[in-house]
Amino acid sequence: MLSYAIRRLLGAIPTLFIIITVAFFMMRIAPGGPFDSQRRLPPEIEHNIKAAYDLDKPVYQQYLIYLGKLARGDLGPSYKNKDFSVSELIADGLPVSAKLGLSAIILAVAFGLTMGTIAALRQNNAADYSIMSLAMIGITIPTFVMAPILTLIFGVYGVSLFGYDISLPVGGWNGGALRNMILPVIVLSLPQIAVIARLTRGSMVEVLHSNYVRTARAKGLSSVQVVVRHALRAAVLPLVSYLGPAIAGILTGSLVVEQIFGIPGIGRYFVQGALNRDYTLVLGVLIYYATFVILLNLLADILYAVLDPRVRYAR
Amino acid sequence: MSLTADRTAELVGRALDLKGRSLWEDARRRLFRNRAAVVSIVTLGAIALAAVFGPFLLAYPYDYIDYSVVSCAPDWWPDPSVLCNAGGTHWFGTDSVGRDLLVRTLYGARVSLAVGLIATLVSLVIGVTYGATAGYLGGRIDELLMRFVDVLYSIPYIFLVIILMVIFNRNFFLLFVAIGAVEWLTMARIVRGQTLSIKQKEFIEAARASGVNDFGIIARHIIPNVFGPVIVYVTLTVPASILAESFLSFLGLGIQEPLTSWGVLISEGANQMETAPWMLIFPALFMAITLFCFNFIGDGLRDALDPKDR
Repeated sequence: MLSYAIRRLLGAIPTLFIIITVAFFMMRIAPGGPFDSQRRLPPEIEHNIKAAYDLDKPVYQQYLIYLGKLARGDLGPSYKNKDFSVSELIADGLPVSAKLGLSAIILAVAFGLTMGTIAALRQNNAADYSIMSLAMIGITIPTFVMAPILTLIFGVYGVSLFGYDISLPVGGWNGGALRNMILPVIVLSLPQIAVIARLTRGSMVEVLHSNYVRTARAKGLSSVQVVVRHALRAAVLPLVSYLGPAIAGILTGSLVVEQIFGIPGIGRYFVQGALNRDYTLVLGVLIYYATFVILLNLLADILYAVLDPRVRYAR
Repeated sequence: MSLTADRTAELVGRALDLKGRSLWEDARRRLFRNRAAVVSIVTLGAIALAAVFGPFLLAYPYDYIDYSVVSCAPDWWPDPSVLCNAGGTHWFGTDSVGRDLLVRTLYGARVSLAVGLIATLVSLVIGVTYGATAGYLGGRIDELLMRFVDVLYSIPYIFLVIILMVIFNRNFFLLFVAIGAVEWLTMARIVRGQTLSIKQKEFIEAARASGVNDFGIIARHIIPNVFGPVIVYVTLTVPASILAESFLSFLGLGIQEPLTSWGVLISEGANQMETAPWMLIFPALFMAITLFCFNFIGDGLRDALDPKDR
């Protein structure tokens, strides 16, 4: 197992290297640069700025310089956010994005598992159909439609329940206050809740028909025990392999959610950086994202082997 | 009981009159018995027709700016507190520079549907060729080709598309190709898997024995036979591409003004939803309905083409 993990980790390095290289050169061959502005700068100043960022050197040299700095953990200075390095900006946004994403994934797993299990236990009943229709809505309606609609309902029009005002703030982070987190986290997790509920239902229905579940029932266990102790363990397996895509989905969704709700995470930096041609910032965030996705895929594979002893990676 | 010659002849005659049903005909019957799928096909057809012909029939061009009706509600809008009503023929109201929202929604439908179809076509061509080649040739080449797909799989590719769009200045055509070029991976895997099982069949052996070359076998015998699963996946790739384009447009990286797509319209509507909710509601509704339709058709096709799965 350990040798498998190490081999996979080593295998991730070339992948990451390819991503960095492709992204770096794509940006350099692009027409226009980060310091093209409406106002013509005097040539000396322009030259000085370019020299300060090593942009006056040939591209392959810039690439080598970038790789050299990267090896030492330095992602370079941001071109547009003056006086900030990319590492500082990422360190600034990462806790916010991590809190948002983690809450969303926990919510998605908790709700998805519960809803999927209920649907499977009440297969072809009203509960099953309503949960599956909700899941269909969650899958088809994209984040950037759901977010404004929920904001409109809970933020702008305001909702009161039994006389209590339960309207929510429509934007801002406010240091991660619970009230500010509710809407973004719900919007971010809805599509994942839907997919997880569908996956759980599918595998649960299969597991509930298997012989060992019948045995567990036959020896007189309560249905709660049968489901929680026996069926659920096998039914969550397909979910583990969905973990990678789920994380990628949440990362992508957070680009939109952070934009809509004005949350100062790294997703917003990525979009702004892309729009401003802040190449180092975009590249830095991309490297972060790619590393994260690759590592989580690896973690999911290892987790799979731990949970299912039949899977062996030794080869 | 013995059969007389007459009786035999009659039975043979009747058997000859019977028309055999092909696999596809069976599938079509099953599909048309699925009510959700039929309703979806009809709805989608209506939206496509409206998108193609609607703009010719409406009173306003899609880029006609009228500053006298900025962000105005349609006349029938139930909330009386809106700032202004746009007057008779703006059935969906107007946008923030007074352009007719109905014609823009239909124009957005054109662009979104075109992106969906073209990107899917691109992914279809790359994915089917790649997967069929890998599966048919097998061995070391297969391993190499599929390993490459694995590597690409671990890249969060929407981010690469974002970078691509920034670099090539939101090129309209490139947007189509870029989305298609990232959607082909799953297609290639599906086709490879199918090809692996098909190439063991006798008719491939027969084709090879009669001297057809590898290219001919892939093009004439393998690809037509992987069509079932591929067509199901196509109906899921179209909405995925529409979503990808809208996602980029929403972030301001896709279609540029005055052209529009559902993503652009939704993004504009989201900015103004407090004062002009119709600008959000109509494009979002059109898009949601379209996505629902594609999903139901995909489900229906899967049930129709793979009856053992039910």
